[in-house]
Amino acid sequence: MHHLLPLLAALPLLGAALLVVTGRHLPRAAAETTGLVFSGGTAALALVLTLNSSPPMVEWVGGWLPVDGESVGIVVVGDGPALGMAALVSLLTVAALAYSWRYFAEPPPGHPGAFTALMLVFQGAMCGFALAGDLFNAFVFFELMSVVAYALTGYRIDEARAVQGALTFGVVNSLGAYAMLMGIGLLYARTGELAMTKIGRGLDTAAAGHGGPDGLVLASFVLVLTGLLVKAAAVPFHFWLPDAHAVAPTPVCMLLSGVMVELGVYGVWRVYGTVFAGPGGIPAADLTRALVTLGTVTAAVGAVMCWYQRHIKRLLAYSTVAHTGLFLVALGVLTPEGDDGIALYVVGHAGVKAALFACAGILLDRYGSVDEHELHGRARELPGVAVMFAVGAVGLAGLPPFGTALGKGVAEEAVGGPLTVVYVAASAITAGAVLRITARVFLGLGPRPRDARSDLETSGTGERPETSGPLRRIPDTMRTVPAVLLAAAFAVGVVPAFGGLVARSVNEAGSGGAHASVRWTAHGILLGLASTALAAALAALAVTRPRWVAAPGWAVPLRRLQSGHVGDYVAWLLMGVTVLGALALPGVLGG
Amino acid sequence: MQILPYLVAAYVFLVGCYGLATSRNLIHTVGCLSVCQAATYVLLLAVGYRDGATAPVFSDVEPGSRPVVDPVVQALTLTDVVVGATVTALLLALVLQVAKRHGTVDPDELRELRG
Repeated sequence: MHHLLPLLAALPLLGAALLVVTGRHLPRAAAETTGLVFSGGTAALALVLTLNSSPPMVEWVGGWLPVDGESVGIVVVGDGPALGMAALVSLLTVAALAYSWRYFAEPPPGHPGAFTALMLVFQGAMCGFALAGDLFNAFVFFELMSVVAYALTGYRIDEARAVQGALTFGVVNSLGAYAMLMGIGLLYARTGELAMTKIGRGLDTAAAGHGGPDGLVLASFVLVLTGLLVKAAAVPFHFWLPDAHAVAPTPVCMLLSGVMVELGVYGVWRVYGTVFAGPGGIPAADLTRALVTLGTVTAAVGAVMCWYQRHIKRLLAYSTVAHTGLFLVALGVLTPEGDDGIALYVVGHAGVKAALFACAGILLDRYGSVDEHELHGRARELPGVAVMFAVGAVGLAGLPPFGTALGKGVAEEAVGGPLTVVYVAASAITAGAVLRITARVFLGLGPRPRDARSDLETSGTGERPETSGPLRRIPDTMRTVPAVLLAAAFAVGVVPAFGGLVARSVNEAGSGGAHASVRWTAHGILLGLASTALAAALAALAVTRPRWVAAPGWAVPLRRLQSGHVGDYVAWLLMGVTVLGALALPGVLGG
Repeated sequence: MQILPYLVAAYVFLVGCYGLATSRNLIHTVGCLSVCQAATYVLLLAVGYRDGATAPVFSDVEPGSRPVVDPVVQALTLTDVVVGATVTALLLALVLQVAKRHGTVDPDELRELRG
């Protein structure tokens, strides 16, 4: 079975190569069917492998097996979380491809396979990153998925905003990736190894000589984490995300927000657990301090900025920032329950967020705009989409029994205490903003909001529809995909065996044999209901009394920070590196 | 152990970052990103260096007869160069499109995405 592991990265790449070669001669339907077959085949393989991932599988690619414990081969690790991420990536790619089925406009004309081929490369790169067992291949797949993501973000090259967003995305993410490579180089210098488990052991052996981690370990930790946190869009590395997500084509947004950002969080979990968790690595208290601090700030900034957006895709992008913050907080407490909660939360969030982006894409297709103010009341004619948007909003808030609610409940119990407030507030504010959109755009409730501070914000007007020509009716695929995604997010919380399965495989891979059980608790259900009620109240207040929740003066500097200037974002990235180093420093000094 | 190559790597990386943060031209920005990447080449090659060692090419050197530098980091650097070429090419293509659509390559004048 383990021989099949590399196929998860190879199959989509093969499909992409096939499409690039033959796409020119194929009719559009044939090219897209080929894409769906390869993507779906990979998804099926990933699911089968995930169900057989206990005990974890290891494959040395090309038969370069270790000799006397030394190896120069490429190692691929197929444990529960890795294969689970690969399955999630593949299923969401299938959904995005189905969503773009025949509807999506295709610049370069006469080359129908190009978009599908890029999506397949994206899928292959993300699967490869999830499975990589050594740091250098993790870097290569990380860069591959980044580069494809830049190309996909700027896919509509005749759109001014799209190319600007893609360029910002490209510069910031590549800089993060190079920082990560510097860190990998330092780790190789210390240990002479690239496989993650062997680096971890090497650090422990080296530290045994002089008692504890030193400056080099700290530097490599900070540099590697910088790359991953840029991808995960943690504050202050997050500035690229809203700019990129607001301009990317809708099917691409579904993948960017649904899984790519989460892969950054997954990378942090994988790298800390395998490389830095030992006595020669970074002490647990320091990681907790760093991740909980950054995560809390990320959740707060993401939620506040989300609330003040009028560009619907940008609003959803900030909601992703807020949720990544929540993931990082629960990851930072380093308990098996926290890991389980995050795994479930990521799966549920992927379904809900992708469905919301899909609904925003329908608005863009119908009206050529994703602006809350301009669309006020205009989408009354789309009751089905309105229901899906509202269901997505309560899913985002964590209304039981959605998968997000189960994951959030488990994570809330793991973090405990005052951090629970962060969870309730961030999910309620982001969901409240989405509910506000539902009420204004789909129901036409409340007065039409006035345009204010247009120097501060990005409006969603004047966006070009992504469809080739006006469609007479919404294609069935565009309606079905969000419905299926929402149903899947619902099923994650309802199917009783699923939570247990996820928890078992996460714990087997990551928490040193400690097993936590995952189940609905009264505490989790009550907090889920509380955030949903709070979200509904916020949305109602925004619609009926817009003045009460209008942007206060103190939010203006925060919004000015998002300047759209790539130099500013690089400066923030450097500051983030410093902060990360300062947060992780005490343990190294003490050691 | 020589500390100088590591200092050079750190310096090159930071100089690249300074250029990125203060750039007034997007082509210059992409160039600065390549400078940052050059720091990774310096670091990787410095990690693999050994005094008195030769290149790890065994066509004219008997294996084991004399020390060679670490070939792994050289393979990493080569891969890194390939990655860098892809990124630079794609970003320059995007800069070209920015110039066409916005009529400027000065990041100070690109103010469509904000807030």
